Amino acid sequence: MKKILYVSLILFFALAGTAFATGKGEQAEGSLEQPQVLTFLIDKDTSLTGIQAVAKAFEAKTGIQTEFELRPGSLEGENLLKTRLATGEMADLIYFNSGSLLTALNPERNFLDLTDEAYMDKISPAYKQTVTVNNKIFGIPASSSAAGGILYNKRIYKELGLEVPTTWDAFMENCQIVKDAGKTAVIGSYKDDWTSQLFLLSDFYYVQQQVPDFAERFTLNQAKYSTTPEALEAFKKYQEVFEKGFMNSDFLATTYDDGLGMIASGEGVHYPMLTFAFAFLSNNYPEQVNDVGFFAQPDNAPGLNGTTVWLPNSIYIYKDGENVNLAKQWVDFYVSPEGLAIYSATNKADGPYVVKGVELPPDTPQGILDLMQYFEEDRTAPALEFITPVKAPNSPQICVEVGSGIADPLESSEKYDRDTEKQAKQLNLPGW
Amino acid sequence: MTRTQRNHYSYLFLLPAALIFSVFFLLPALSSFFFSLTRWTLTDWTFIGLENFRMFFAEDSLSIGFRNTFVYAFLTCGLKVVFGLALGVYLTSAIRTKNFLRAVVFFPNLISTIAVGITFNSLLHPSKGVLNHALALIGINGPDWLGNTKIALLSVIGVDVWKGVGVATVIFIAGISSIPEQYYEALAIDGGNRFNRFRYMTLPLVRPAMDSVIILALIGGLRTFDLIWSMTKGGPGFTTDLLSSIIYKQYSSGFYGLSTAGNVFLFIMVSLIAFPVYRFLSAREIDL
Repeated sequence: MKKILYVSLILFFALAGTAFATGKGEQAEGSLEQPQVLTFLIDKDTSLTGIQAVAKAFEAKTGIQTEFELRPGSLEGENLLKTRLATGEMADLIYFNSGSLLTALNPERNFLDLTDEAYMDKISPAYKQTVTVNNKIFGIPASSSAAGGILYNKRIYKELGLEVPTTWDAFMENCQIVKDAGKTAVIGSYKDDWTSQLFLLSDFYYVQQQVPDFAERFTLNQAKYSTTPEALEAFKKYQEVFEKGFMNSDFLATTYDDGLGMIASGEGVHYPMLTFAFAFLSNNYPEQVNDVGFFAQPDNAPGLNGTTVWLPNSIYIYKDGENVNLAKQWVDFYVSPEGLAIYSATNKADGPYVVKGVELPPDTPQGILDLMQYFEEDRTAPALEFITPVKAPNSPQICVEVGSGIADPLESSEKYDRDTEKQAKQLNLPGW
Repeated sequence: MTRTQRNHYSYLFLLPAALIFSVFFLLPALSSFFFSLTRWTLTDWTFIGLENFRMFFAEDSLSIGFRNTFVYAFLTCGLKVVFGLALGVYLTSAIRTKNFLRAVVFFPNLISTIAVGITFNSLLHPSKGVLNHALALIGINGPDWLGNTKIALLSVIGVDVWKGVGVATVIFIAGISSIPEQYYEALAIDGGNRFNRFRYMTLPLVRPAMDSVIILALIGGLRTFDLIWSMTKGGPGFTTDLLSSIIYKQYSSGFYGLSTAGNVFLFIMVSLIAFPVYRFLSAREIDL
């Protein structure tokens, strides 16, 4: 009896507590003196410098504050996003991937349609296509575009007298020389398993050039990694690098941050990575950032050498948020010439911008200038995830397997193909 | 008051608990059976029959997950019984620092599992970890505890046992303490030595405690998730995937129907193992 009394007392206080709490909340909303606050949800791995600077300028101009909410990256973060969308507890502004991952968030239901906004004319069609679902455009570019390829340490290259390789075989020869010099030839940071995907994803330029309809047929369940020799090539690259012992011995326990430290210091000489890493390098290793250069992941396909491009991540407006109009103002400001000028001045670009009239600032890191050459010579193709909604959810684990010798390339590519089925079925795509 | 009225009256006391139980446990459990048959996006669903179960069983890593789950459950369970019993016997004997040592043994249990996982992640780092540095001092080249596909699962099992043996020990201490002293006196009069004392008195009479430990550790092992996720995330590749981590990954990718089907299956499997084991064990208990 006593227990029941206690329990009901606790229940009573708990309920009373929530009642008081909600009462307070309503009061705060009612009073006009409170500053207006927009919430902005972003993952913790993205460099905040530029976005924060724009938000500060926006606050100085309009008095509207921006409150940043951090979420974990990759799977855990997506999970959190989807749950918050489903329960209607979403922030006003959301930073998230463009392309294949966006479709999984059901943008038509959750995000504000920005198709008719005036600024859309200034934004490049290649980007707009990645945030378009059923002819509606849902996002604005949050940063510059980026590319996937090989970051390399120029200082060590000079010391060893090496040249930038344009074929895979030449790359392997360079790696051997680096290894013989007692350094890590290829940095593996598989503890953060998303980093293991770079060989596979950056290789898509060659698939696109040699099999132009691969993405389209991949979406329709007609083309497969395991049966398309040009696509299978990427999996073989993992095997070769592993078998020749080019990676650091503790690559399974090394994190992304460790990897960046290694490439900056020259302890490791090649790091398969996205150019967005340069923002981190500029912030954390300002003295060494210009030692790091970039070249496209090479391939043995005759006469081909180019890089795979990641279109920028995007900022979306939550449709059912309380401050939709304020959020629209925020977005307007972000893509205005003023906002973009602030952004590009504070945040180092990862590659060219996708908004007309925005140039790279003069202090752009050397590696990004290396990348610009590929754009100028038109040797680029968008990554697969921007032209098909189908992606294997276990792709990081599959890449770790083939990259650490647990599975051979054919096995892994078959596993990858089977894994895509779940995603395609969840999205109810035709042909699956 | 008639007899039936009195019966109704007593049910009123069950009502609050029944309400909480059905809203928070029964309802979600039943609805999960339904959603396991659908393609579900949390907001809409389409009925697709047993397709999710077909897809779940076609999952590549499932066979690894099965094997690992069983290895994990039975190995942690066995080790906890052995070490728990040994520690229980030791800590009920006449030693001076008994209370202090009991606290020490129980201590790992007070730390959050995730914190334990993160800590051991750095302790077991192949080139910077404390453990391999210590091994290097005595000339042993330590392996990559969490990266080597052959020992990664065993490393996690070791940490699980370190963390969980405290509870097993406490249950064994309670069991051993409840054995009446007269039995031991009788054994001493019959001329039994220390080994006889353990073999013929403690071991049979501590069975109820042992059964609790076995059941708790087995069920805990079959549905374990937090430690493996914070230490290896099922990696490298899929080598330390358990059923629960496979289901979690499907859930995080947004395959809600599919992962619910996995959970329904996990529930059925745990029940099918735990109930017979429990009945088998309780049938063999001896009354004090």
